[in-house]
Amino acid sequence: MKTDFTHHQSAHCENGVASNLLKHNGLNISEPMVFGIGSGLFFVYLPFLKVNYAPAISYRPMPGQIFNRLAKRLGLKIKRQKFSSQANAVKTLDENLKNNIPSGLQVGVYNLTYFPDEYRFHFNAHNLVVYGKTETDYLISDPVMENVTTLTHEELNKVRFAKGAFAPRGQIYYPIQVPANVDLKGAIIKGIKNTCRDMLAPMPIIGVRGIRLVARLIKKWPVKEGTKKANHYLAQIVRMQEEIGTGGGGFRFIYAAFLQEAAVVLNNDELQKLSLEMTAIGDLWRDFAVEASRVYKNRSTKVDVYNLLSDQLLAIADKEEVFFKKLKKAIS
Amino acid sequence: MKKEEVPQDKGNLSKTNMKELVYATDENGNYTTALSSGWEPKSIALSNSIEEISERIAIAKAQVANNEVSPISYYMELCRMDIAVLSSYVGMWQWRVKRHFKPKVFAGLSDNILKKYADSFNITVEELKNFKTN
Repeated sequence: MKTDFTHHQSAHCENGVASNLLKHNGLNISEPMVFGIGSGLFFVYLPFLKVNYAPAISYRPMPGQIFNRLAKRLGLKIKRQKFSSQANAVKTLDENLKNNIPSGLQVGVYNLTYFPDEYRFHFNAHNLVVYGKTETDYLISDPVMENVTTLTHEELNKVRFAKGAFAPRGQIYYPIQVPANVDLKGAIIKGIKNTCRDMLAPMPIIGVRGIRLVARLIKKWPVKEGTKKANHYLAQIVRMQEEIGTGGGGFRFIYAAFLQEAAVVLNNDELQKLSLEMTAIGDLWRDFAVEASRVYKNRSTKVDVYNLLSDQLLAIADKEEVFFKKLKKAIS
Repeated sequence: MKKEEVPQDKGNLSKTNMKELVYATDENGNYTTALSSGWEPKSIALSNSIEEISERIAIAKAQVANNEVSPISYYMELCRMDIAVLSSYVGMWQWRVKRHFKPKVFAGLSDNILKKYADSFNITVEELKNFKTN
């Protein structure tokens, strides 16, 4: 059993699944477009949620939100289903494949056997597409992989029913209705407005203010938690930032690519300029990752390096605040 | 990031030959995609996390050998879990899982409960019961 699905590699899993599924359904939409319209750029610091013994930082909205917002803004209909019984989850997927519907799944990363060992943590917000089934295996299109791959029936079951925070509970999703004509312009504007609102939100743990909060905390960590823990936390920030194209620099570049595409669609030169600015901010995020990695690699014990890092992140926050204010103006 | 600046460091990914897609600008400043084989700051961050876990596993192992904690604690670390994740896998409250870390309590656990743990760790009940520290 195999559906006629084409795999395209993408930088981020959720964009990639959305873009690939929509392309399959006849709506040619690029990954940056999905990311921009779905307002994928985000920042939130969650001190009460610990991941791998360090406070969680997320550079993306809740799993599933990008695709949901995209669908709402373009007028698509997506069917989403979670299961309490594993047997039903398997049955639904198999029926979909029989009906030639490639299906998106939310899965846990820990048991994805085709990933390098270093990536396999208990992280449950990964997405992939199943596009076929054989006697022993499911045919998998994981958008962050160059090529398609497979998982045995048992392995797929395991990743679909991974446990912990954001447990996927077998979640399956696929578009059921894709209109022939979509209002791209309106959707882009809504997407940009949403991102500006998120990043400029008057909440201390979200957006630009969240970045500032983390920057200030970096100064305190070595004193309060000790150098070892501070280094571990820093490593965690960089991991969250750079792992599989999610977060920091990578996300800024996708967003810049989106602004470039949007500039053409909306016929708005200002967005073209802002795209360049976003690229520059993305480079700053990368510089931050380089500096942070130096700190925890050399296991430097000077308090000063943390101050420098903190200032670097504060500078990024300032730049982003100016940027999103300009962006908001550019489309209003 | 310019296309020619896309990092091609030998990282953790090169072992499996996996390449990541990134967005970068070409010579005219237009966005395009490129493949990256890895980036040093990232592989350092990943190996830092792996080291951290190896340390925790070693500590847990020593503690099991000294009869300070039960093998459940060791396997939890080995599977890169924390108490929240483990309690979600076995379907028990966190305080109950924590209690099972005590060797005395562990010794009295029924096979039924042990099986829940063993299944979560992908091992057999025998392996969990007859844990060898060396």
